[in-house]
Amino acid sequence: MTAALAITALRKTYDNGFTALKGIDLSVQQGDFYALLGANGAGKSTTIGIISSLVNKTSGTVTIFGYDLDTQREQAKAQLGLVPQEFNFNVFEPVGEILINQGGYYGIERTIATERAEKLLKQLGLWDKRKEQARTLSGGMKRRLMIARALIHEPRLLILDEPTAGVDIEIRRSMWEFLTDLNKSGLTIILTTHYLEEAESLCRNIGIIDQGQLIENTSMKSLLGRLDTETYVFDLVKPIEHIEDLGACHFQLRDPTTLEVSYHKQDFSLNQIFAFLNEQGLHVLSMRNKTNRLEQLFIDLVEGNKA
Amino acid sequence: MNAQQKWTAYYTILIREVLRFSRIWIQTILPPVITTALYFIIFGNLIGPAIGEMHGFSYMEFIVPGLIMMAVITNSYANVVSSFYGSKFQGNIAEMLVSPVPNWIILAGFVSGGIARGMAVGVAVTLVSLIFSKLYIEHLWVMFTIGLLTSTLFSLAGLINGVYAKSFDDISIVPTFVLTPLTYLGGVFYSITMLPEIWQKISLLNPVLYMVNGFRYGVLGIADLPIWISYLIILGFIFILASFSLYLLNRGIGTRT
Repeated sequence: MTAALAITALRKTYDNGFTALKGIDLSVQQGDFYALLGANGAGKSTTIGIISSLVNKTSGTVTIFGYDLDTQREQAKAQLGLVPQEFNFNVFEPVGEILINQGGYYGIERTIATERAEKLLKQLGLWDKRKEQARTLSGGMKRRLMIARALIHEPRLLILDEPTAGVDIEIRRSMWEFLTDLNKSGLTIILTTHYLEEAESLCRNIGIIDQGQLIENTSMKSLLGRLDTETYVFDLVKPIEHIEDLGACHFQLRDPTTLEVSYHKQDFSLNQIFAFLNEQGLHVLSMRNKTNRLEQLFIDLVEGNKA
Repeated sequence: MNAQQKWTAYYTILIREVLRFSRIWIQTILPPVITTALYFIIFGNLIGPAIGEMHGFSYMEFIVPGLIMMAVITNSYANVVSSFYGSKFQGNIAEMLVSPVPNWIILAGFVSGGIARGMAVGVAVTLVSLIFSKLYIEHLWVMFTIGLLTSTLFSLAGLINGVYAKSFDDISIVPTFVLTPLTYLGGVFYSITMLPEIWQKISLLNPVLYMVNGFRYGVLGIADLPIWISYLIILGFIFILASFSLYLLNRGIGTRT
């Protein structure tokens, strides 16, 4: 099957001599939900800029659904929808017009673009705002407007560059649902985000860019499988003053009713830990992961690449 | 994109541009009308009678074509430079750059928007001139084509300025220090035959002179220079500026990193 996105030996050196990309090879399969992670300045936005024709590459090739961005530019561009990091619509244009105009740039007739705009604005909760100037929208609404704009020409590949930055939790969750539904309907999605929890819950595959190189490209499951240490926080029913470690399983009391437990997955199971707590007469009210697992892995990988 | 899709894309940019300047007509259409009306009152009504006739026409009648042309030039230019730079400043130029619309259609769309405003202001100023003076139309076709071609030329010039502009200051430097002097010295208020010979020759280097000359021929039927030279100069500049604009857009200069 043709890859939704295939990047080969992609390099970018800016006029000031800074090399942002040092030869990236990346392939994203059709129907994938792919996370592209990296610290600020790692090269994510440059990569996305090149794919979306906003940045000129120095060398390398980019194909979108088999269409070469150099030789079949129009066809390649028609496959792609982009939600950039910064708000980049005309803030004085009415919301509905922004979508209809965007459709027009893709050659979609006004009547069809109007129908699609109505559907998207209703789906994203912006229908009531269709006649308002975009500058009157809240931050969350502006993010949703950019998603609607990117979908007006019904692309096959959607790239979202930090789409939930500055969005409240409720709207972020509803955007996750919306994106998950889009992916289920067959749309290939590439997502960059600094919320690693977001990448972990949405994406099946993951690439990590650091210092202009792709240092990881694997499935989310395989990556998370490499993490051998778990840390949980237990909320206890009754307060305690002290607890001994269970061999290599380390306990730490953060306050009399909050117990933190760290262990190696190959040495212990949660069942053993709960059995031990039961023996001590301790009852657990609730539990949660202390840190995001992907976050820990991300830090390990990036630190490892620097070493 | 097939021909129909390209037409849709062009039409979309044009409609967007027309709506943009129409929505803010108090800033785009009204000021040139008021400014030109003041020119008519001061130069035509108050000072004109003291100057007397020029090529057999009253001074008021003589300056009407030049003032219409001045409004067309400045507004065609201003529309494209402000719209294009505004799109860069807000980032929404990316809406077009990520889409499959070819660069020559982006160019045609912006330039058509400039022409639409230039011609709209030209018509408005012409209507205002009727309050002060009788309007002669000796050669309608010449008047229309010179107006249209001049508007095209300065829309292209505005786009090039917009491509290179990096701040709002950059979009006012050319109109203030280049466009206004060229227009004022382009025979709007006088015939170059009134100038000493050396200044007549220097004036021939000013492209605006040929546009005003051509337009005045269309309106009054009088010209300082042969009309075909006006067409040749305007078409030559259009070809050069259109080619350069397309080169800039294709290379992504000022628009892509």
